[in-house]
Amino acid sequence: MKIFKAPRMTGVDGDAVVREARTLIARQLDQPARRAFLQRSLTLGGLSLLTGCSISDDSHVEAALSKISRFNDKVQGLIFSPTQLAETYPESMITRPFPFNAYYGEDEVREVDEAGYRLEVTGMVADRRNWTLAELRAMPQHDQVTRHICVEGWSAIGKWGGVRFADFLHRIGADTTAKYVGFKCADDYYTSIDMPTALHPQTLLTLSYDGQPLPPKYGFPMKLRMPTKLGYKNPKHIKAIFVTNTYSGGYWEDQGYNWFGGS
Amino acid sequence: MTSNAIASTAPDARSIHPLWMRITHWLNALAVLVLVASGWRIYNASPLFAFRIPDAVTLGGWLGGALQWHFAAMWLLVFNGFVYLAINIASGRLAARFFPVTPAGVWHDALAALKGRLSHADPRRYNSVQKLAYLFVMLDIAVIVLSGLVLWKSVQFAVLRELLGGYELARRIHFFGMASLVAFVAVHLVMVALVPRTLLTMIRGRAPKQ
Repeated sequence: MKIFKAPRMTGVDGDAVVREARTLIARQLDQPARRAFLQRSLTLGGLSLLTGCSISDDSHVEAALSKISRFNDKVQGLIFSPTQLAETYPESMITRPFPFNAYYGEDEVREVDEAGYRLEVTGMVADRRNWTLAELRAMPQHDQVTRHICVEGWSAIGKWGGVRFADFLHRIGADTTAKYVGFKCADDYYTSIDMPTALHPQTLLTLSYDGQPLPPKYGFPMKLRMPTKLGYKNPKHIKAIFVTNTYSGGYWEDQGYNWFGGS
Repeated sequence: MTSNAIASTAPDARSIHPLWMRITHWLNALAVLVLVASGWRIYNASPLFAFRIPDAVTLGGWLGGALQWHFAAMWLLVFNGFVYLAINIASGRLAARFFPVTPAGVWHDALAALKGRLSHADPRRYNSVQKLAYLFVMLDIAVIVLSGLVLWKSVQFAVLRELLGGYELARRIHFFGMASLVAFVAVHLVMVALVPRTLLTMIRGRAPKQ
């Protein structure tokens, strides 16, 4: 697939290479902390768990928990109702300031240049051409004031506006019998969602926040907003969308967060 | 349980806790331990109040790990709890062991307990304070499960969400439900330490020979 192709090494941007190397190294450095989850599984409840198996056999515990997480994906798919709408709120209830949230600090927000921006569309779709922001703004726009629920437990109410994602998928002739829609982002984030949620009426390809063009910190040029999913499932700075039957995980999901992430 | 068994004079031959009850009790204890320890780790990701739980007493190592434990153990708590309640109600044990419980009875037994005059002679009969405590913990776990469902899927369980006053209130209900459960467990463990044969009874089902 085109979006997975490694970039040609002509005219290398030194700064960008260093920045990328730093994020990659930072990820590696984070790993010990995540591995510690297995060691610390030995604390408190750990010892009495899974009697009969050796609790110190990390891979077994990890595999069992992952398996249950996959099972929970299926359960959430069954619980999910394509017609059940998330609660909407009056504008007076919007959380100000709406919290910034990413896997990096607010000082590292990616600035995407509008002039050169094209949204890439690939996979199981009839029309694989790129999209400009102007073309997306020309489509029917919808607003929502909904609650963003973070996996950490906090929640905040915000107002997003943009194209109904189901409209967009129909416009590009997406095969809506496919299992997944995946996203690649300008901040190296990536995620994927189930098709029923992609087609949910409140799932918006948002271009604005609180009536203004989406600011960089909230994901310029666009963020997929799903009030039926947890925060980390809502990708920002989207640069490529693909429709597929192949599971492609996500930035947090690959590290152990539940994939379905419904709310 | 037959009336003959109750009238029997050999204490060690009398079953006090049936096997199903002992199994569900220990599975419940395990589920609660895992859920509370992982829940504390989840709490630390975004503390509701001005304190954090020491990481050393939490389970999961990081938020993602804690969530995996939490959403695995929730199945154990719910299915085991359902079995416990179903057998308890269907067998008539719930009605026989935990009712009637009256405010006057609780007051009387609480005073007696404080004066050290509460008899534990018959482990098959709970005093009023025990009845109240055990009924409370059943209800408390039910509230924790219901508020947990709202936190897990507040959009899909909209009616339940509204009944509990919305997502943010459900979060607080879940927290205070947990705090009450931890308080119960603390008192429960102190009581077991004071009357150690209750632990043997919960393991073997019979009273040890006097």
